[in-house]
Amino acid sequence: MSSILPQLLTGLATASSLFLISAGLTIIFGVSRIVNFSHGSLMMLGAYIGWSILTRLPREPEWFALGVLATALATAIIGVVLEMAVLRRVYRSPELFQLLATFGVVLIIQDVTLLLWGPTELPLPRPRWLRGFVEVAGSRFPLYDLVLIAIGPLVLGLLWLALNRTRWGTLVRAATLDREMVAALGVDQRRLFTSVFALGAGLAGLGGALSLPNASANLGIDLSVIADAFVVVVVGGLGSLPGAFLASVLIGVLQAFGIVLVPKITLVLVFLVMAVVLVFRPNGLLGRPQTEAREATVAAPVVRPAPPALRLLGAVTLALAVAAPFIVGGYYLTVLTDACVAILFATSLHFMMGPGGMASFGHAAWFGIGAYAAGLLLHWAGAPMPLGLLAAPVAAGLVSGLFGLFVVRLSGVYLAMLTLAFAQIAWAVSFQWVEVTGGDNGLLGVWPPDWARDPRLYYWMALALSVGVALLLRRALYAPYGYALRAARDSTPRARAIGLDVEGLRMVALVIAGAACGLGGAIFAYGKGGVFPTYISIPHSVEALLMVLLGGLQTVAGPIVGALVYTGLADILVRSTDLWRLVLGAVIVVLVVAFPEGIAGAVRRLWLRGREA
Amino acid sequence: MSVLSVQGLGKSFGGVQAVSGVSFSVAPGEMLALIGPNGAGKSTLFNMVGGQLQPDAGSVTLGGATISGLGPRAVARQGVGRTFQITATFGSMTVRENVQMALLSHRREIWCFWRSVAERFGAEADALLAQVGLEAQAERATGVLAYGDLKRLELAVALGNAPRLLLMDEPTAGMAPAERVALMQLTRRLATERGIAVLFTEHDMDVVFDVADRILVLDRGALIAEGDGPAIRANPAVRAVYLGTDAGSH
Repeated sequence: MSSILPQLLTGLATASSLFLISAGLTIIFGVSRIVNFSHGSLMMLGAYIGWSILTRLPREPEWFALGVLATALATAIIGVVLEMAVLRRVYRSPELFQLLATFGVVLIIQDVTLLLWGPTELPLPRPRWLRGFVEVAGSRFPLYDLVLIAIGPLVLGLLWLALNRTRWGTLVRAATLDREMVAALGVDQRRLFTSVFALGAGLAGLGGALSLPNASANLGIDLSVIADAFVVVVVGGLGSLPGAFLASVLIGVLQAFGIVLVPKITLVLVFLVMAVVLVFRPNGLLGRPQTEAREATVAAPVVRPAPPALRLLGAVTLALAVAAPFIVGGYYLTVLTDACVAILFATSLHFMMGPGGMASFGHAAWFGIGAYAAGLLLHWAGAPMPLGLLAAPVAAGLVSGLFGLFVVRLSGVYLAMLTLAFAQIAWAVSFQWVEVTGGDNGLLGVWPPDWARDPRLYYWMALALSVGVALLLRRALYAPYGYALRAARDSTPRARAIGLDVEGLRMVALVIAGAACGLGGAIFAYGKGGVFPTYISIPHSVEALLMVLLGGLQTVAGPIVGALVYTGLADILVRSTDLWRLVLGAVIVVLVVAFPEGIAGAVRRLWLRGREA
Repeated sequence: MSVLSVQGLGKSFGGVQAVSGVSFSVAPGEMLALIGPNGAGKSTLFNMVGGQLQPDAGSVTLGGATISGLGPRAVARQGVGRTFQITATFGSMTVRENVQMALLSHRREIWCFWRSVAERFGAEADALLAQVGLEAQAERATGVLAYGDLKRLELAVALGNAPRLLLMDEPTAGMAPAERVALMQLTRRLATERGIAVLFTEHDMDVVFDVADRILVLDRGALIAEGDGPAIRANPAVRAVYLGTDAGSH
């Protein structure tokens, strides 16, 4: 009995922190329908700004409170700048492009923070009152955690008052229900959106500053926090503030007890909760079904095989690729091998996301499962490379099919979030199951056999496999199966009415995409000589999204172009500047604002326009 | 011998009885109109026949086989084609490809990963398009079609399934009056030629009295009248519903 109450209180303190970050995220989503990837970055900025302010202030509690509020105000202002400079320009873009733009912001804020505050962690020196304890059920409980526990409900109450007792709040609630209607009533949407974004950013900053006494300002906050916040918001129901609070408490408390009962699976636990909730309540605990945005149903262009000139270009590129080992060597050959892997990574994601209409934030999961399948087989059973290259797609395809059983009925943002959750589970397993996977150190010595050690030979093998699989995927997309998959995406009721098995078509797409991606993972593993948890990380998943969205969803050649451009761009950037994140982030934001249909899509449009003229 | 037979069909949502005790049948080549004021239960009844909703009571049989309880996909497989109130076509495909999809599905060739769609059933698709007068538009994207053409495309797609029964939910909604009559006369001709039973809901009474062989009138979930045009016009219960309580809403 004595250990339950303190654990519960610890859980509630965690819940308050979770709520501060997820409240802003959910309100912003409710009004603008934007999933703000950079929300974690705003919290990170809050932590750094809070550190800078609080270390300059006297150490009394009242100054601490003042400093925290000043931090919230500062991040709110940053939020306003961000909204006006970036988000305002992408409100009409497809969901995933918005996400991509906000991820660009994540990268920019990463480097700006690094430039301003340096790479070392910044802990806040804790004065006496922050180190105080109170007696709870016979054990010592940190005073500051009690403060945190009070802040969560306090913020919820204030937000509730603001939303239900002010004209501004009425508009926010109305826009959450039906934003076109609010616009039609003559409300200035720009100011409404900006103010909501400022509020969300301020809450994130508040959360960042308040996290300082228990943690520190560091550069890892952004991505770790955003994953947790996504889970809370999705479990609670997108756009629902009480839902976010409920989910924060649920997850905070579960985490607190999970650490005591089964310390091994704490990372997995959170995402399992999310998966279970979404299977039984696809709209979250208190969420309502998403109303389709009316203007978003822009007619997709008709998918056609590439015109002859483009095919010729493709053939020339392929010929150059085959001849490359005679022209370049060493380092560039490694980059080219990476490009082959990137092609598999991107075309497999495109297969499920473009024609399949199923977006994924967690494509790296299949990549990692393939890589680990090959690595573990070699490490524990001494299996030769060909067997590893065969086992990788089989394993990834099987797991992908299993995952599909749970998610095939979901769609849109919820599906994307669940893919993220699954990828995090896979990452957690690879990270925490040290005895089998080697944990953070990974599996080393995953080298190809002697006959394939020659980098040129290995490159040709990678090229043959990736181009071969890409061509097979293309073939399937122009075959009845691919058309049927696209039909199910274009109009699900119509597809069912002509007798198409929509769920079956999607399941098979998930299996194919998983298998192709898993093969890429295995090729990558043998090429690098090792398998590491970073293969499954969120940034790696986002890389796949970047490649596909850079190339555009509408063309079959798009993901290949995207993979090549991204690999080249990333390579040049990483070698030429330490600030590659800043540059890449800026490039992403500009690309999304300028080319909403991707590079290949834009080229195609210009090409067609040129021919019609 | 009727194609579709509906017996004692009922459905309630929460405590509201949306449809109760409805029975009727449709013969091959017959056009049966389902009319009634807003909220009478037309869409509920329609969706129970099409498999989108499961009935609480009663049965739906097609050519003697029970289809109630099956999902929309299985119902389609049994030979039921349908068009939607808000047109639903495959936007990333051409007009011809839309029809090819229905033909591929009907011939069970969907699970083919190799052969190009371009080589499958092009001629059959064009023949169906010619029947609805869309042959000149075969290469166009559905996104650029006029609304009336989209409705005709939906008809061609529904025919691709070689249906015994055609369900048309508000087939002329959103069309100009002249187009409405043309579309329904086209449907009339196809139904007669192919012996297809047609069940349709419709708000435009001119269209209903012009093309329907028989008319069912639904009010508050129950059938209140059934008969041909003149009989329905003269029916006092129908007049009460349309002229008394609900006049002017159409």
